[in-house]
Amino acid sequence: MTVTLEKPRRATKVDPIPWWLKLVGLAVALYFVLPTLFVIPMSFSTATTFQFPPRGFSLRLYQNFFTNPVWLDALRNSVLIALLAALLATVVGTAAAIGLHNLTGRLARFARTLLMVSIVTPAIVLAVAVYISFLQWRLVGTLGGYVLAHAAIGVPFVLISVTGALGGFDPKLLRASASLGAPPLRAFLTVTMPLISRGIVTGAVFAFVTSFDEVVIALFLRSPALQTLPVQMYNSVTVEIDPTIAASSSVVVTAVTTICLVLQFVGGRRRNR
Amino acid sequence: MPTLISHTEPTAPARTGTQIRLAGVTKDYGLAAPAVDDVSLTIEPGEFMTLLGPSGSGKTTTLNLIAGFETLTAGSIAFDGTDVSNLPPHKRNLGMLFQNYALFPHLTVAQNVAYPLRERKLAKPEIARKVAEVLELVQLTGRDNHHPAQLSGGQQQRVALARAIVFGPNALLLDEPLGALDRNLRGTLQAEIHRIHREVGTTFVFVTHDQEEAMNLSDRIALFNNGRIEQVGTPEDLYQRPETLFTATFLGDSNVFDASPAPDGTFAWEDNIWTVDRSTVSARAAAGDHVALVVRPEDVRLEGAVPADANAVTATIRDIEYMGAYRTAVLALGHDGVAGRARLDALAADFRPGQAVTAWWPVARQHIVATL
Repeated sequence: MTVTLEKPRRATKVDPIPWWLKLVGLAVALYFVLPTLFVIPMSFSTATTFQFPPRGFSLRLYQNFFTNPVWLDALRNSVLIALLAALLATVVGTAAAIGLHNLTGRLARFARTLLMVSIVTPAIVLAVAVYISFLQWRLVGTLGGYVLAHAAIGVPFVLISVTGALGGFDPKLLRASASLGAPPLRAFLTVTMPLISRGIVTGAVFAFVTSFDEVVIALFLRSPALQTLPVQMYNSVTVEIDPTIAASSSVVVTAVTTICLVLQFVGGRRRNR
Repeated sequence: MPTLISHTEPTAPARTGTQIRLAGVTKDYGLAAPAVDDVSLTIEPGEFMTLLGPSGSGKTTTLNLIAGFETLTAGSIAFDGTDVSNLPPHKRNLGMLFQNYALFPHLTVAQNVAYPLRERKLAKPEIARKVAEVLELVQLTGRDNHHPAQLSGGQQQRVALARAIVFGPNALLLDEPLGALDRNLRGTLQAEIHRIHREVGTTFVFVTHDQEEAMNLSDRIALFNNGRIEQVGTPEDLYQRPETLFTATFLGDSNVFDASPAPDGTFAWEDNIWTVDRSTVSARAAAGDHVALVVRPEDVRLEGAVPADANAVTATIRDIEYMGAYRTAVLALGHDGVAGRARLDALAADFRPGQAVTAWWPVARQHIVATL
């Protein structure tokens, strides 16, 4: 790309942000981030129990995390379940968003509300409902069970972000592509999808993260053979009092933050094209 | 599939387009009246047909029915005698121009133009050749790698035009493609569309509410009103031989006299008795009782003696509008002061508001039209 479209600079300078507002902003940011950051120094502690401030420096907790098959299995399960759940939620959520986009009838409103129910339902209610039905369907403790349950709670996020992206999508483009010889599926793949990709990717990331740190449903669905990382963390604190959780939390926080930053960066570059 | 252009032949190409035949085409959304109501129209191969009418008259719905974006409630559509009523839009092989261009914003100019060729699975070198050829035709060579957002409105519409004709469509459908452009650019693109119609030689179906655009471009115009076709004909037919009051007033200005025909073939309006030339009575007016006499402002004279083969009425000048190339006298006609207009050419005398005049026109220049 050789030509860039630059918007003309604003002639008048925007009022600078007052110092007190900056201070409030900083306080709020620290309030959100600090608890997460506390865990990182703790993960390098030499202690065998939870202590703050941490004593000494060692990688023992990391060593434990990355060598103990219980932790590693839990991590692998969580990643696999989150990937599959995000994939399913993205396909279903995107299809639902597109299907509902141009509908305004009462039935469409009802369908939209129904798909959003899992966001407002208390997690424990959802978990019990899932548990009872999955017992009957023999899905408790199975990969399919986790994926189905987690996909269901991921769908609303995809629906929201894709619906938002569709707001800026010109439906005439689909008529144009049809007139140029593209069947509906081709039109979706070559026109709709590239133009709403930001919404789809955002929704997919949210669905992934939602599944990855979901603990309530996972507690009900766990089996000795299959449990997720958050459940293992829960166990490590309530049953075993194992400080390895500090290392595992740090790994998760770093991984998720990295994913989000990379997406932000890539997305930002694309917008500037 | 017809070839795109033959640069080697300077003569007008053979008319290669498709015949489009609408028979009893109806689209009913379940509202008070059908959007398109029993429209029958045959668009000949290579013809430039304009669907003209006010907004809500059914012209755009008719175009969308031809394109396949809407389904028929009744009637049928055939291309070259083959029924396409149930064919989805992507199988109709029609190019389409939209008012907002509808270019794919994530693709470059070249990729936009190549889109229909890719869908037809043409070989890469052939795609490249055709894209280059058509971009030359619309005078956009060298903009291949620009994105639509980097082009002006006029350039974007030319890309859209290139994209719509590059695959040799059966016909090109144009949905008010110049509506979003400013006046000067509209003129330029009108000429461009005219030239491309001549060079490509395919059937053009053009939708507009702009009568000037319709007159300039069309071989024939189908004038729509309330979901029906009011009149079909050449621009001259519609302007010089209007069938109905709607046609006479939608295309250009008209002085309208709600006159009643007398048994002896004359027309009575207020206390005037006007003679009528049979050739100026439209077929629909002759068939019905609801008629009016209309005269174009440019056919009305305000000075000189009234010739024998002319009809006249007393009038008062209300105002003089200066239009640059000419002036228009705003008139109050007859005793009741019915609103009317007369065009004054550059050499006409100076008239002043308030002046009483005799307005007259040659009998052959008036039209008797149906009002229903």
